[in-house]
Amino acid sequence: MALLEAKGLIKIFGKLTALNGADLTIAANEFHGLIGPNGSGKSTLMKCIAGAETPTQGTVTFGGRDITQASPAERARAGMSLKFQITSVLPALTLYDNILLALQAQTSLLNLALSRTRGVLHDKVMAMLEQFRLVDRAHEPASALSHGQQQWLEIAMALAPEPKLLLLDEPTGGMSLEERRVTGELLQPIKARCSLVIVEHDLDFIRDICDRLTVLDQGQILQTGTVQHVQSCPKVQEVYLRRA
Amino acid sequence: MTETTPLSTVSLTRGISASRQWRVLPMIEIAVLVIGLLLPLVLQDYLTVYATRVLILCLFALSFDLVWGYAGIMSFGQAVFFGSAGYGVALLARDLGITSILLVLPAGLLIGFAFALLLGGFLLLGRHPASVIFVALGTLTGSYACDRLARGWYYLGGQNGIPSIPPMTIGSYELTEGPVYYYMAIGFLIVVYLLCRFLMRSQFGLALAGLRENEQRIAFFGYKVQHLKAIIFSLSGAIAGLAGSLYAFHEGFVWPNMLGVVISTQVVLYVLFGGSGTLIGAVIGTVVIEAVSFWLSNSYQDIWPIILGVLLLLVILFRPAGLISLLLSERERVGSFGRPGKR
Repeated sequence: MALLEAKGLIKIFGKLTALNGADLTIAANEFHGLIGPNGSGKSTLMKCIAGAETPTQGTVTFGGRDITQASPAERARAGMSLKFQITSVLPALTLYDNILLALQAQTSLLNLALSRTRGVLHDKVMAMLEQFRLVDRAHEPASALSHGQQQWLEIAMALAPEPKLLLLDEPTGGMSLEERRVTGELLQPIKARCSLVIVEHDLDFIRDICDRLTVLDQGQILQTGTVQHVQSCPKVQEVYLRRA
Repeated sequence: MTETTPLSTVSLTRGISASRQWRVLPMIEIAVLVIGLLLPLVLQDYLTVYATRVLILCLFALSFDLVWGYAGIMSFGQAVFFGSAGYGVALLARDLGITSILLVLPAGLLIGFAFALLLGGFLLLGRHPASVIFVALGTLTGSYACDRLARGWYYLGGQNGIPSIPPMTIGSYELTEGPVYYYMAIGFLIVVYLLCRFLMRSQFGLALAGLRENEQRIAFFGYKVQHLKAIIFSLSGAIAGLAGSLYAFHEGFVWPNMLGVVISTQVVLYVLFGGSGTLIGAVIGTVVIEAVSFWLSNSYQDIWPIILGVLLLLVILFRPAGLISLLLSERERVGSFGRPGKR
C-alpha cells in the first residue's frame, strides 16, 4: 500500500490554476523528486500535501487515511513533516531549543508545564545535532548560523520527530556546492526510516538521491517514473531538461 | 586521526558554561525582592499606600507580559479582565456582603479567567491565525466597549462607579490599606511571579516562545497552537483578575476607567518600558514609571506628563528591549527552557 496518495489535485488561486489534476503516489522508504520549471506547481503540490493549502478539488490520503481537510498539526501528528522553502528556524532560540521544540510537539501540555520529557529528549536532541554536524554550536542562537547551516538545522528539526514522510522544499537553495554535497550525504541515511518528497532545482542533486521523479508543467504531471525513465522521456527533455 | 569529543562531555561542558552565564537575572530578582520587602520599614504611611498600589499594578503588568512577552499575543485590552474582576468583587461586597478573602479573590480570578476565555475564544480561536493587529484592535475595542457599558449602566454606578466598598476580611480582621495590605500584595506578587517563572522556563515556555517566534512553523510540528493561545490568554486574564480584585479592595471603589483604554495602554507601557519577556522587566517598568510619575507630578505639576512621555519615547526608541536590556544580555533575556540540570 502506498504511504501517500494524492489524486486529482486542483488548486485555483483567483484566476490562476496552479495545479490542474495532479496525481502523486509515494511508497514507504521511497525518495521522490519533484521537478519542473518555475511556476509549474511544485511548491503548491507540496503545500497541498502538507496542509499549508487546501486543494480546490481532489484528495490526499496518508497511511490509508483521508487527510484532505486535516490541519497541518493533524498531519504532523500523523507522521508528516515539512521543511519550508524559506528557512524558518527560530532565530532567537538556541539550536538545542529549536530541535527540542520540534521533538516535544506531541508531549501533553501538563508534561510540558512540568518539563517531564526534557531529560528523555535530551539525548535525541544531541544526537540530531551530532548527525547534522551542529553539536558544537548547540547553545548558540540559530541566528548565528550561516544560511546553509540554518537549512541543515531546519532539516534536523523536520526529521527529529521521526516522521514517516519528510517533505523538503528546496533544501539546498542558496547553498554552496560543498554544502549541497554534504546535504546529500546527510539525507542518504534516513532512507531506512522514512520516505522523502523533495522539490529541488538542482538536477544532479535529485539524480543522486532520488529513486523516482515526477515532472510538473503548468500544474499538470508530465511524467512520473524512475530517474532513468524520466530522463529519457522526450516530452520531459523538451519541456524541462533542455531548458535546464 | 581526529579525536572526537564524546557527546555527553560536549553537552555537559556546554551546560556548565551556559549555566555560569545565567547569573544576572536571579541577582536582579533577589535585589528587587529585598527592596520590596524592606520598603514599608522606611516609607511613610501614605507612601506605603502608594507603593501597595504600584505592587498591584506590577501583578497586572505580569499578566500582560505573559501574553505579549512570551506568547506574542498583543492584548491591548488587558483592562477588561482587571476591571471586570474589580467590578465583580465590588458587587459581591456591596450586594451580597461577601468580603472574605477566601471568596472574593478566587471570584476575581475566575471572572478575569472567564472574560479572557470569552474574548480570547472570539479573537484567537479561528481556523486561520489571527494577526497581531487584529488581536490588538479587537482587545482594544473590547476594552472601550466595556468602559462605555460601565459608564452607561446604572446598576454599576454609571460614571461614578461603585464607591465605599467594604474592606476585604480574613475572618473578622479587616484588611485596610497600609503595611498589612502591602505585605499581602507583595505575597501574591511573589507567588504569581514564581509560578509564572516556573511555567515560562519550562518546556511549555519553549512552546510559547515558538508561538511568539513563528506560529505557522510550530503548527507544522504538530502543536495545537489554538490551545496554547487559549491557555495563556486565560491564565493572563486570571492574573489580571486577581490584580483587579486586590486593587478594588485597596482603593475602596471601582470606576469605569478600570476597564478602559487608558489603563490598557498604561500596562503595555509598563512592560515595554521595563522590557518584555523577562517578568522582572514588567515589575521594574511598572515601578519606575509609577515612581517617576509620582516624583514628576510633585515637582513639575504642569508639564510632568510631557516629560514622562518624552522619557518613555526615548527608552522605547533607543532601548527597544526595555530598561532590563541595560543589565541583561539578549541570550539571558531569551533564557533556557526545562530544568537546567538536565542540560
